[in-house]
Amino acid sequence: MTETAGGTFSRRRLLLGGAAVAGGATLAGALTGCAAAGPTAPEAAPEAPYGDDVVAFRGRHQAGVTTPPPAHTWFVALDLRDGVDRSGLTRLMTLWTDDIERLTGGRAPLADQERELAAVPASLTVTVGVGPDLFGRTGLDALRPASLAQLPAFDAIDRLEQRWSGGDLLLQIGADDVVTVSHATRVLTRDARSFAEVRWVQRGFGRARGSVPDGTTARNLLGQVDGSANPVGDAREQAVWSAEGWLAGGTMLVLRRIRFDRDHWEQIGRADRELVIGRRLDDGAPITGGAEKDAVDLSAVDENGLEVVPSFAHVRQARARDASELMLRRGYSYDDSPTPDGTDDAGLLFAAYVADIERQFLPVQRRLADNDLLNRWTIPVGSAVFAILPGIGDGQILGHQLLDA
Amino acid sequence: MTTRTLLRAAVAAVAALALAACGSSGSGSTTSSAPAGPVTASDPWVKTAETGMTAAFMKLTNTTGKDIVLVKAATPAAGMVELHEMAMKDGQMVMQPKEGGIPIKAGASAMLEPGGDHIMLMDIPKPIAAGETVALTLTFDDGTTLSVDAVAKDFDGGNESYEPSPSMSMSGM
Repeated sequence: MTETAGGTFSRRRLLLGGAAVAGGATLAGALTGCAAAGPTAPEAAPEAPYGDDVVAFRGRHQAGVTTPPPAHTWFVALDLRDGVDRSGLTRLMTLWTDDIERLTGGRAPLADQERELAAVPASLTVTVGVGPDLFGRTGLDALRPASLAQLPAFDAIDRLEQRWSGGDLLLQIGADDVVTVSHATRVLTRDARSFAEVRWVQRGFGRARGSVPDGTTARNLLGQVDGSANPVGDAREQAVWSAEGWLAGGTMLVLRRIRFDRDHWEQIGRADRELVIGRRLDDGAPITGGAEKDAVDLSAVDENGLEVVPSFAHVRQARARDASELMLRRGYSYDDSPTPDGTDDAGLLFAAYVADIERQFLPVQRRLADNDLLNRWTIPVGSAVFAILPGIGDGQILGHQLLDA
Repeated sequence: MTTRTLLRAAVAAVAALALAACGSSGSGSTTSSAPAGPVTASDPWVKTAETGMTAAFMKLTNTTGKDIVLVKAATPAAGMVELHEMAMKDGQMVMQPKEGGIPIKAGASAMLEPGGDHIMLMDIPKPIAAGETVALTLTFDDGTTLSVDAVAKDFDGGNESYEPSPSMSMSGM
């Protein structure tokens, strides 16, 4: 088993690399055979730079958490049907594991009647999680991780709607091609029908792959560079992956649907918009100077002795006080239909991954709820938490650590 | 091993890789655990059912140099099993027992899929639920058998009308 699922490789590059080793004659033969099998048999196949990319499904961790965020991610929550017990859940995981293994490898799942749609994996990852209520409903109450509970109410800011909140099961389906995401969603929700019904779907997007260099920090629909302070390396691994019991190798996801009030945001000036965050709009660098990835100097003062980063600034409140508060954020924009009067329905699918919600997420969330001026223009309308299952090795099914515990 | 043999092996390996990389759909991993015999099965699955009848599908590959025919299938999950085909009859596609079994040409594959040849499971004694495994035993005309575990999937497509032929055997063929 590899340490981490998610090594990316291209089926085309693999083909060309292998053929090059064996020499030109074989290369020609291989390409001829390939072209003859294709629909058009062109002289030189047009480039599809990312469509063939595959992210490994099996490994110590599920892919889709610390693997590079793809252009599109859909979050699908489902509720178990009455009477679905541990054995029913095991059968669902058996089906999903096989589906995901095939889909992420660019192969059609069993019984797929649109099998051609599976041929472009485009770095597809499917990440499966379970919600807090699932444990009681399947007789697994004793195995619910202590901090896996819906977030407490933040009455000052929350305007939560049930249609974007909660859920017993989560599918996080991401790829650089939205057709791939759509097809995977269809296959996986179809195979879940005997066991669960869809509660909500939240569709998120970022920049198209290739529009900006890989690894560029995302920009949200308020125009802000968002996610610059994410932990990297060992700090990230420590922050994200649980070491507790059956969840070891898994993580916890807090998903908040945050609507943006862009009509009012656009009424304030550019300098004030930068002060609200504490970062420059053009490149995401701290307003105290430096480059995007540099730490914000919260102690900086101006010539009058006033703090450069105001007390209400988002970065001041969001900054982890120590390593125990670190979290990995993977935000996606959403943009749904406006109301008839033209008020838009757009915002951020805020996804935070932590080993422990109580220890890492809640202290930061409490500070933000109490002090962050950005709350004036950002409204949480959905909230859900899930335990992201640990990764699996060959021959194992997703969730076996929980189901066999 | 001579250099020439080595080179030939390398070329074959690369060719196989190339073909595998080109084929984007269909042939998946073999889920049958049986050691490779004359015929191998890949991607087996069975349609879920509450009562009555249902069907099993897979890809059968003949690894030998002579034609082989699938002549019989059996499973504890059905009281009676038949090998069926879809045929045009009076302008309509109907399902009927396949006379003589399902042929698999030398070195080729036969697809058992909705709308085509399939293994019909009849008189199922209890529901076959999604995610369950159905054990099938396939018998070929060369006398060999193959054990296949097929996973059950909900499937509404490939609806077909059933018309037993006059010569339909009730022997469980």
